[in-house]
Amino acid sequence: MRVSLFVPCFVDQLTPKVGLATAKVLKRLGHDVEFRSAQTCCGQPSFNSGQWDVAREAAIRALGVFRGAEAVVGPSGSCVAMMRNFYPELLKGTPHAAEADDLAARTFEFSEFLVKKLGVTDVGAKFAKKVTYHDGCHALRELRLKEEPRQLLRAVKGLELIESEEGESCCGFGGLFSAKFPMISTAMVQVKGGALARTGADFVVSSDPSCLLQIGGWLSREGKPILPLHIAEVLANDA
Amino acid sequence: MDNSKAIFLKEATVNAADGVQRAFISKALGGYYTNRDLQKARYRDWERARDAASMAKWSAVNDLANVLEKFVNNFERNGGVVHWARDAAEARDIILKIAENAKAKAIVKSKCMTSEEIHLNDALEKAGFGVVESDLGEFIQQLRGEAPYHFVFPCMHVKREAISELFTKHLGTAPTDSPEELTMIARRHLRQLYVDADIGITGANFLVAETGQISITENEGNARLTAALPRIHIALSGIEKVVNELDDLSVLLPMLATAGAGQPMTCYNTLYSGPRKKGECDGPEEFHIVLLDNARTRLLADPEQRDALHCIRCGACLNVCPIFKNIGGLAYGTTYQGPIGSVITPHLRGLKQWNHLSGASSLCGACTDACPVRIDLHHHLLHNRRNAAKESPTFFDRVFHNGFNFVIKRPWLFAIGGRIFRATLPLLPKAPAQSFRDQWKHDHV
Amino acid sequence: MSDARTDIFARIREALKVKAPTPHLKAQTSSPKTSVAAKPWLPDGGETAEDGLLILAEQLAKLKAVLIRVPDHASAAKAFAELATTKSWKKVAYHGHELTRPLAATLTCEAWEADASFDKQKLEGSDAGLTTCESIVAQLGSILVSSRSSGGRALSVLPHVHVVIAEASQVVPDLGAALALVKARHGTDMPSMLSFITGPSRTGDIERILVLGAHGPKELFLILVG
Repeated sequence: MRVSLFVPCFVDQLTPKVGLATAKVLKRLGHDVEFRSAQTCCGQPSFNSGQWDVAREAAIRALGVFRGAEAVVGPSGSCVAMMRNFYPELLKGTPHAAEADDLAARTFEFSEFLVKKLGVTDVGAKFAKKVTYHDGCHALRELRLKEEPRQLLRAVKGLELIESEEGESCCGFGGLFSAKFPMISTAMVQVKGGALARTGADFVVSSDPSCLLQIGGWLSREGKPILPLHIAEVLANDA
Repeated sequence: MDNSKAIFLKEATVNAADGVQRAFISKALGGYYTNRDLQKARYRDWERARDAASMAKWSAVNDLANVLEKFVNNFERNGGVVHWARDAAEARDIILKIAENAKAKAIVKSKCMTSEEIHLNDALEKAGFGVVESDLGEFIQQLRGEAPYHFVFPCMHVKREAISELFTKHLGTAPTDSPEELTMIARRHLRQLYVDADIGITGANFLVAETGQISITENEGNARLTAALPRIHIALSGIEKVVNELDDLSVLLPMLATAGAGQPMTCYNTLYSGPRKKGECDGPEEFHIVLLDNARTRLLADPEQRDALHCIRCGACLNVCPIFKNIGGLAYGTTYQGPIGSVITPHLRGLKQWNHLSGASSLCGACTDACPVRIDLHHHLLHNRRNAAKESPTFFDRVFHNGFNFVIKRPWLFAIGGRIFRATLPLLPKAPAQSFRDQWKHDHV
Repeated sequence: MSDARTDIFARIREALKVKAPTPHLKAQTSSPKTSVAAKPWLPDGGETAEDGLLILAEQLAKLKAVLIRVPDHASAAKAFAELATTKSWKKVAYHGHELTRPLAATLTCEAWEADASFDKQKLEGSDAGLTTCESIVAQLGSILVSSRSSGGRALSVLPHVHVVIAEASQVVPDLGAALALVKARHGTDMPSMLSFITGPSRTGDIERILVLGAHGPKELFLILVG
């Protein structure tokens, strides 16, 4: 299959290794991977701020960027949710409505793509560490993904998966929410980060890089010995 | 100039920094999560039960004129008196008039959030009527001079030591740190008030059109006493509380209990049709209902968010909301807190002044998943944000988003902007030297 | 100036001119609005009467309501007399009914028929209230009382203890069945009060900790015959 990478804007700029790891795993599984460099941002910040006219333009642009792509795969639950769940809502009643539905049908979050589309849970990865998992809210509640990342992690050689309390609690990032209501965002990441640290795991893994930035930032400031890692990076590890 | 946003930010900042209080609230909710999951497990298909509950309310609210008319006709046929209030002032006036005509000396109330919404107690007290809240949590909040913290658990933020001090101060009782003893103190204090009161004021959880009955849900028994002993019973209810059939309660009542409090069924679920009937030995001589609009029709007119009127006031959305848990119920400054409060308050009180509540959310969606009647809560927060951006865009929004939009349409500009961003801003963890697109280009040239 | 009723109905009709979408239902098949009997998604109330009684016993125990099962009415009277003695009741109010009168007759303390001569203050000072009930819901452990079956409105909620005497045949599987029975039995002439009682009175208002006996009875006994 020819997979078109959807690299979220902040992954592109701040955590490119997540994008590279995603590509590595897909290639290891024998798929052709392309990156259409015309892509920039899915438009979620504007959408969440209520600027739907602006978000609509970003959406239409994205339709064009990914036109004809067989499968669009992104290592981010929130950005994929934007494209799959919210583009159709944004473009309902416009001439782009049908294409938005079409794009939604061929857009996948990374762990979802592996398990549900490719039917693969063992990607040949090794990672002999203790790992706890954070369910990003968009992945959990918009895309309804819970078991898929866990199935992948359980198949990783040497990996010990530990569930945390507050497992389904929001990390408090919420995009611009963390900037507009920093006091609430901090309180939320305290609850989340504290619970993750208490698991005794070496790493906190998620399919959402934005959550990992939020959680990782707090863990680092608090001097906690647990580090953030994207699931693509775990799965790319075959050393 | 309304400063509700400034007040909200101030309260939220103070409360979010109070780790001790937040831990206390978290502990209080821990038992609820366990019990709720135990009770949910008894449902053979919780999701289909949500479907049934959702359809029961949807079909009533979307046929509101007919259903309300049917309810009212049956209510009157049962011997009750119906009053209509377009807004809070009219509702207060109606109730004051009933109290004046009755020459009432003492009024006892059971929990009624709608009465909070119209600031009824204040009006009654100013007119010289003694009003006592009989629900334990409301009674405590009344003594504290504080609004309810959570519309099902009004004083869940108050420690037992503080309640003990409160009772010592107002009731002259000995200090105790036992919740059981504190409850018994309130029980003893309130018993004679039920016997002596002339008027009992309750709310209503559901208005059953088929039979003209009102349904009241409670755990303590104070609403039952409020509607049993005084000579006059006044029920105050929003117009949206209707259901078509009595049978609808067979799914709504257990779900209200399970979602709201982790119980199989709330202790007392009572149906009232009319005042005391011929042959009955007790009960009020008069039964009034005050049906309140107070901007509910404004929400009704928004087909996208009309389902917010399906709310059965169970409180489940508050119980799971990380915002609520971390800033507390009083920070909202509204009658209805939590996700449902953040959704409806802009409609009931004004979008421009109250939209900050819709913004104060990470949109995690836990509320929507918890709602027994499937209100699309977190998406409505998005809808409110969109409506506010259209109606009254902020300067920041216009500049930032138009600017961001300009950049993301031009990948070359995006790439350059990214490089500048990464180089100049202090970031944790340390920002990478190359972006993904640069590395990809390098690797694949 | 039109009246409030006219205004409100006008606003409602205007508002409903635009249709709202139906909710996002999980079950894509036929509408979940089915008959009273078929609600397979709610908690189980038992397929048979025996199952129902087992479920009822379980629910009552969890609620801290006391179930006393007896084979006949004579044993019921005996059990009630024992209760009165153990608890040293001085004054007991009861609803006048063929099920309750034999029990009331066993009392050595003061026993008075509340519906015959209702007295608010006397009821407040009574240690226990004895009533029959309309039905019992196995699914939830709820007892349905009414102003007709239970001596008015206050008798089953004001005294500190509530005792219900009922026949096992009064147990129905679930809430839907209980509501249907109410409609069948009373039609358009409902008792002015019907109340589902699920355990002794309780509150979680203080630190969300459960305490029994908030305003209603602190103890609830169900004497079930047969």
